[in-house]
Amino acid sequence: MTTARHSAHLAQLNVSKLLHPLDDPRTAPFVEMLDPVNAAADAAPGFVWRLVGEGEADATGLRPLGDDVIVNLSVWETREALWDFAYRSGHLEVVRKRRDWFHRHVEAHLVLWWIPAGHVPTVDEAVGRLADLRAHGPSPRAFTFASSYTAAEAAAHTPDEDPAAV
Amino acid sequence: MEDIDAIAVLQDPVRRRLYEYVVAQGREVGRNEAAEATGVARTLAAHHLDKLAGAGLLESGSRRLSGRSGPGAGRPAKVYTRARGERSVSLPARDYRTAAELLAEAAERAGLDAGLCAAARRRGEALRGPAGPCGGLEEALETLAARGYEPYREEVEGEAAGVVRMRNCPFHAVAESFPPLVCGMNLALLEGLFGTEGPVRARMDARPGECCVVVEASKNNID
Repeated sequence: MTTARHSAHLAQLNVSKLLHPLDDPRTAPFVEMLDPVNAAADAAPGFVWRLVGEGEADATGLRPLGDDVIVNLSVWETREALWDFAYRSGHLEVVRKRRDWFHRHVEAHLVLWWIPAGHVPTVDEAVGRLADLRAHGPSPRAFTFASSYTAAEAAAHTPDEDPAAV
Repeated sequence: MEDIDAIAVLQDPVRRRLYEYVVAQGREVGRNEAAEATGVARTLAAHHLDKLAGAGLLESGSRRLSGRSGPGAGRPAKVYTRARGERSVSLPARDYRTAAELLAEAAERAGLDAGLCAAARRRGEALRGPAGPCGGLEEALETLAARGYEPYREEVEGEAAGVVRMRNCPFHAVAESFPPLVCGMNLALLEGLFGTEGPVRARMDARPGECCVVVEASKNNID
């Protein structure tokens, strides 16, 4: 267990619909937290990778889901590592104030899925997982913190057995 | 073991002292240390610590406390920490946890963070009563201990008095399910309890395994 510790990694996509543009003064407190919180993520135990725009420090310039929707795509060694960063680090302060900057979510806004260690998820793949979660609810292919699956459960879940998988 | 049976194990006063000592350390505690701290013989402490572990109130493991390893390092010592699970008994049966989870889920879906925080702040102020803002970190420690937060002082560079952190989150189960909502509520409650204009202030500074809030001397006040 200790040598090849994690053969699977956990990918997460999180989408947020902005109330105001990023350069609006009302969004400034959020923008100010981006660099320190991203630096904390990079240094967090279990952090593997996060999406950044070409030549950028973060992914806020990428808008695959609409002009006012920012995305956050990252990879972690375990669910616990991601949870501790999301809710037990300076990042908690960002999510606590989310209502100041973002619209309330009507649909699922965060999706988790297991990937082989070393694989770098694409934005299309991530958006597909979010669509899967929204269409079919949590499954080993696409789930949430509240309804999570282990890597073993995801591996045992072959697409052939799943009528929802295309 | 049923919750009521596990809790009944604490009726023995020696056992209860040992349990409270181990819990208060927030780390692994060996038999010798627990015996010395509670003033009982080592064999008696060992007996009761194992009873507590058997009841699922403590977890036990083994460590080489000397820090040495390999041949000659001696036998590993048995160490104890608090078990993670929760135990509760209510007579007659009550289920406030399900109620809290459902209310939190509804508040999260409806985006009621601001309203919940306002209610929490008012509750904190009501608990404080007519008293002014919290007078200092010593008073904050007492207030937090009385509310079950298990506070302790931590030294911080540049802060003469250090800061107060908390080992226990009284809202643990709902905070795990709805972190931003419930941690925000907790911060607002503590802000109401201590006041925001006084010598101490509560601030969010989450860490794994602890309460999300830290209490420190206000920057514009000399403690």
